[in-house]
Amino acid sequence: MKKVFIPLVLFFGLVIFLAIGLNRDPREIPSPLIGKPAPAFSLATLESDAAFSPQHMLGKVWMLNVWATWCVACREEHPILVAFAEKNQIPIVGLSYKEIQPQDPAAKQSDAIKLQVARERSAVWLQRHGNPYTTSVMDLDGRVGIQYGVYGVPETYVIDQQGVIRFKHVGAVTPQLLAEKILPLMQGLGKS
Amino acid sequence: MKGLCIFLISLCLGVANAREAVPLAEDPVVETRLVHISQELRCLVCQNESLASSRAELADDLRREVRDLIRANKSDQEIKDFLVSRYGDFVLYRPEVKPLTWVLWFGPFVVLLIAGIFLLAYLRQRRSAMQPQVLSDAERARVEQLLKD
Repeated sequence: MKKVFIPLVLFFGLVIFLAIGLNRDPREIPSPLIGKPAPAFSLATLESDAAFSPQHMLGKVWMLNVWATWCVACREEHPILVAFAEKNQIPIVGLSYKEIQPQDPAAKQSDAIKLQVARERSAVWLQRHGNPYTTSVMDLDGRVGIQYGVYGVPETYVIDQQGVIRFKHVGAVTPQLLAEKILPLMQGLGKS
Repeated sequence: MKGLCIFLISLCLGVANAREAVPLAEDPVVETRLVHISQELRCLVCQNESLASSRAELADDLRREVRDLIRANKSDQEIKDFLVSRYGDFVLYRPEVKPLTWVLWFGPFVVLLIAGIFLLAYLRQRRSAMQPQVLSDAERARVEQLLKD
């Protein structure tokens, strides 16, 4: 090969690296939680004060979906989840993440009132947009979110019968993602 | 004009909404350690800010979490391990040196080494190319001939 081509080859190598690097979504961070047991928690739900814990779901393949009424991308994702829940017999548990934001007037109230406001708001929202969740857990202070490494709502987790996290997606799920990745994964896990 | 008004008003509102610096918690020792640790940690929402300087809400929550861990007498390493187990190596500004991060840590030096080898080879080649040319007797005669003319 002629020497003149060496810089050209180097240049194209650089272009290829940059093309790969620049097309990756910097928000997508590989989660270290994949293959680890889902962190335990115990929280009141939207429907009742009886605490929900991931332990209750042992033996089932289920989905944990982090959402909030203030979250714009959740609105985009929601009809997709509703359709998915209608079509498939797969339990989806909602994690209502920090429904009362710090700038919210209700944020200064007591925890009991905050919970009440959050429940009312979430219920109205789910009535309007449809409810894909078997239950929705109220994570008002976002601590459970931190346990699960939540950094951008919506987020979706797939958890197997043994309570191990098998999949995580940050951002709105798409019908394509559900059909091509999540559903086959969950069906595969369901058989084992 | 109306647009400008709205813009100015919204500016004022922004000022009114700006939060004051959160007062330091009761314990200055905890705060010092918090600042020390969180400078080493990355905020996941605004990825180019450290956890110490970020004003994102998640950063607030994570600082609260770190504060609690400090109060629980956890070591710096334990606190970092906790966050890494949740958010991955990405939260560390200085990732641990392990096989997965070798390229990150040593890659630049390898590139430097390769560049150095190339530079050395090039210089050597150039030096040999620059050896003074010795004129043969015929050439010398011709030069003298030309100079005389």
